[in-house]
Amino acid sequence: MKSLLKKCAALIITLFLVSALAFLAFSLIPADPATSLLGSEATPEAKAALRAELGLDRPLLVRYWEWLTGFLRGDLGNSYLYRMGVGEMLAGKLTVTALLTAESFLFTLLLALPLGILAGSVKNPWLDAACTVLDQAAMSVPPFFLGILACYVLGYGLRLFVPGAYVSPEEDLWGCLGYLVFPALSIAIPRAAMAVKLLRSSILTELGRDYVRTARSRGASERDILLRQVLRNAILPVITFLAVSLAEIMTMSILIEQVFSIPGVGRLLLSSISNRDYPVVLAIVTLLSAWIVAVNFLADLLTRLADPRVRLG
Amino acid sequence: MKKRILALFLAVGVLSGLLGGCQEATPTDPIPSDTNGTSTQAPQKPAEIAVGIAQDLDDSLDPYHMTAAGTREVMFNVFEGLVKPDSRGNLVPAVAESYAISPDGLTYTFPLREGVTFHNGKECTFEDVLYSFQTCAADSVNSTVVAALSNVADISEGEGGVVITLTAPDPDFLSMAASVYIIPKDGTDQAAHPVGTGPFRFVSRSIQENVILERFDGYYGAKPALERVTYRIFEDGNALFTALNSGALDLVAHLTVDQVESLTNGYQVLEGTMNLVQAMYLNHAEAPFDSELVRQALCYAVDVDAMLALTADGHGTKVGSSMYPAFGKYFDPALADRYPHDVEKAKSLLAEAGYPDGFSFTLTVPSNYDPHVDTATVLVEQLKEVGVDAKLELVEWNTWLEDVYAGRNFQATLVGFDASTLTASAMLARWVTDNGKNMINYANPDYDSAYAAAQDPSHTEEEQTAYYKECLDILSRTAANVYLQDLADFVAVAPNLKGYEFYPLYVMDMSLLFFE
Repeated sequence: MKSLLKKCAALIITLFLVSALAFLAFSLIPADPATSLLGSEATPEAKAALRAELGLDRPLLVRYWEWLTGFLRGDLGNSYLYRMGVGEMLAGKLTVTALLTAESFLFTLLLALPLGILAGSVKNPWLDAACTVLDQAAMSVPPFFLGILACYVLGYGLRLFVPGAYVSPEEDLWGCLGYLVFPALSIAIPRAAMAVKLLRSSILTELGRDYVRTARSRGASERDILLRQVLRNAILPVITFLAVSLAEIMTMSILIEQVFSIPGVGRLLLSSISNRDYPVVLAIVTLLSAWIVAVNFLADLLTRLADPRVRLG
Repeated sequence: MKKRILALFLAVGVLSGLLGGCQEATPTDPIPSDTNGTSTQAPQKPAEIAVGIAQDLDDSLDPYHMTAAGTREVMFNVFEGLVKPDSRGNLVPAVAESYAISPDGLTYTFPLREGVTFHNGKECTFEDVLYSFQTCAADSVNSTVVAALSNVADISEGEGGVVITLTAPDPDFLSMAASVYIIPKDGTDQAAHPVGTGPFRFVSRSIQENVILERFDGYYGAKPALERVTYRIFEDGNALFTALNSGALDLVAHLTVDQVESLTNGYQVLEGTMNLVQAMYLNHAEAPFDSELVRQALCYAVDVDAMLALTADGHGTKVGSSMYPAFGKYFDPALADRYPHDVEKAKSLLAEAGYPDGFSFTLTVPSNYDPHVDTATVLVEQLKEVGVDAKLELVEWNTWLEDVYAGRNFQATLVGFDASTLTASAMLARWVTDNGKNMINYANPDYDSAYAAAQDPSHTEEEQTAYYKECLDILSRTAANVYLQDLADFVAVAPNLKGYEFYPLYVMDMSLLFFE
């Protein structure tokens, strides 16, 4: 209980620091939002008026305080650029990124578990070596590169999909999920490969333990030992890994959105940075860090629940 | 031991197989021969098209607050002024039925057209026009338009429409009036839900995804053939191209030569110009660019033809001064040949100016537009031949706006200037010594007086044109900047979609398109 409180406090402090740093960073980047918004033809009066309207003429601390209190009340402010509420803008974008994250996570699970078990039970040393090499290769390819490869080879070459022909989930949910298959795979493959490696070594360690020998001597089949006994123990570290992966997958989605032209949170984040649309950037950065902190927290919790030893320690 | 070696071999084998597979698949162009399938087998296509655009409409859609050229390009179909430009650059009556200018140039009469309605169904009246002019004068982000409107003494109702009286004659006033889009006086939220009188009405926009326009059935003029236009936003050039080549888009403008050459879907490709003056703009307040000899030397050092050949396969039009060819009235192609490529001459001019060994400077270029970056890269190489060492510095667009454009804190930069209104002054006013937008700090009394004479309303139109031409000649003679080109603009259009016309402005007119 105490540690839970501690974790919560850490979560809040982290978010506070992240938002404060983000706020500070934007006041240091050159270029003034008013110039960027009004373009090259605006009169100095118009720029000054806009600066006043956006509150940019007031001290940094005052602005941060207002933003923070607003944020805590659930008011994310207004986009400088689009002149609409940031919350309203993010709602649609978050759906897309959440779908991509969920689909990537699903693929990671679907790939990692069967392949991991398979890799752990391979007896033939040749096959084992081949698997390890393949796995190592899959692990070391960055998702954005897989994405580019998918676009060119599968999209442009084999015409399995049209890169850029994204459909929004409101329009056609299945079409959207269909378009997200390759982006999700690009994210899932390296992640899954890491999970496979972890699961394999974890299974091999468990297979060498005494209880396995006992089970064998009792005449249990290899299959039963693996699936009923070994796996239960071997999967523990993998669960933690997968939970932490949720955070990683979300941040990868931001990159992959660029490659596949998916108009999600990542695209909005990048364009908002270059357009100096600070309210949007702040909201996204803070929400993303909240997600990462929360997921790590969840992973911690899962580990504790799954393994009583951790709770004692 | 043996096993390990074998495993290693296996590893190498698998890896090279992987890599080999990639190499085979990526660089060659594995397009099946049935690429036309998507585009030709659709004769019964409904009258709606998807247009690919390379940037989001990420500013206010309020007609007086739009800043991005890309936004104006789309909203041209939604808004109209009392008069509007046609594809040849003439101003034709729009919300006004006609126009008349008094002989003293002070009174403009615009009888209003019968039956002009806004997209919200309300009829357009004098009150709306008055409101529009007042709001624009107070609110517009375009300082040129604001300045022109400050010259309006009175707007009154009469002669079946609007009578505008100016305090002083202004030969550009009609063009300025064209950029005062007419909006309803009780129109609420133009920034997000724009309402105008144009042939298309705004339906919706989805951030970074699309903008949808629909034919406005209450339009007074010829009804557009297209019922619905969806602008789909692809901020990534590769994605835009792939979508185009797959047939998912019917129209994409502003393509590069490379893209056009890799297009395999059988689309028609039309070539026009971008309507801008791309040049290396030099800060005359900074040594050595305060020296006319140095500037001329740079002009001789640069080989524009070779540059066009390298960057755009020879497409593009050379310009020798601050005017692009679509302004047929003022553009003088001869100016482009004033400084033929001549390395020796450049070197001797540099020596004469006191730089026998050349010099070095920083060339600041906004990174967001590839054609400028490409041109700058070639330019840097060409200048090396005469011993001038240009250091290319890429900056973000907003940094450029603030430091270079507004702050004038630069030595040289490479960008394109265009005209937001169809007037020579949109291109030339900025080089007057005390003009607020005189980014290069050009100071030339001859130029100032020629420009003032061109603006003097007591001169006839021919005299005015002659003075503008003189301005252009002065810019060229004094090598105000290293003038390069008006970039080629390629438009890919679906085979059965006809009617595309290039404008001398940065707009795409959807009302002219139709399916055959």
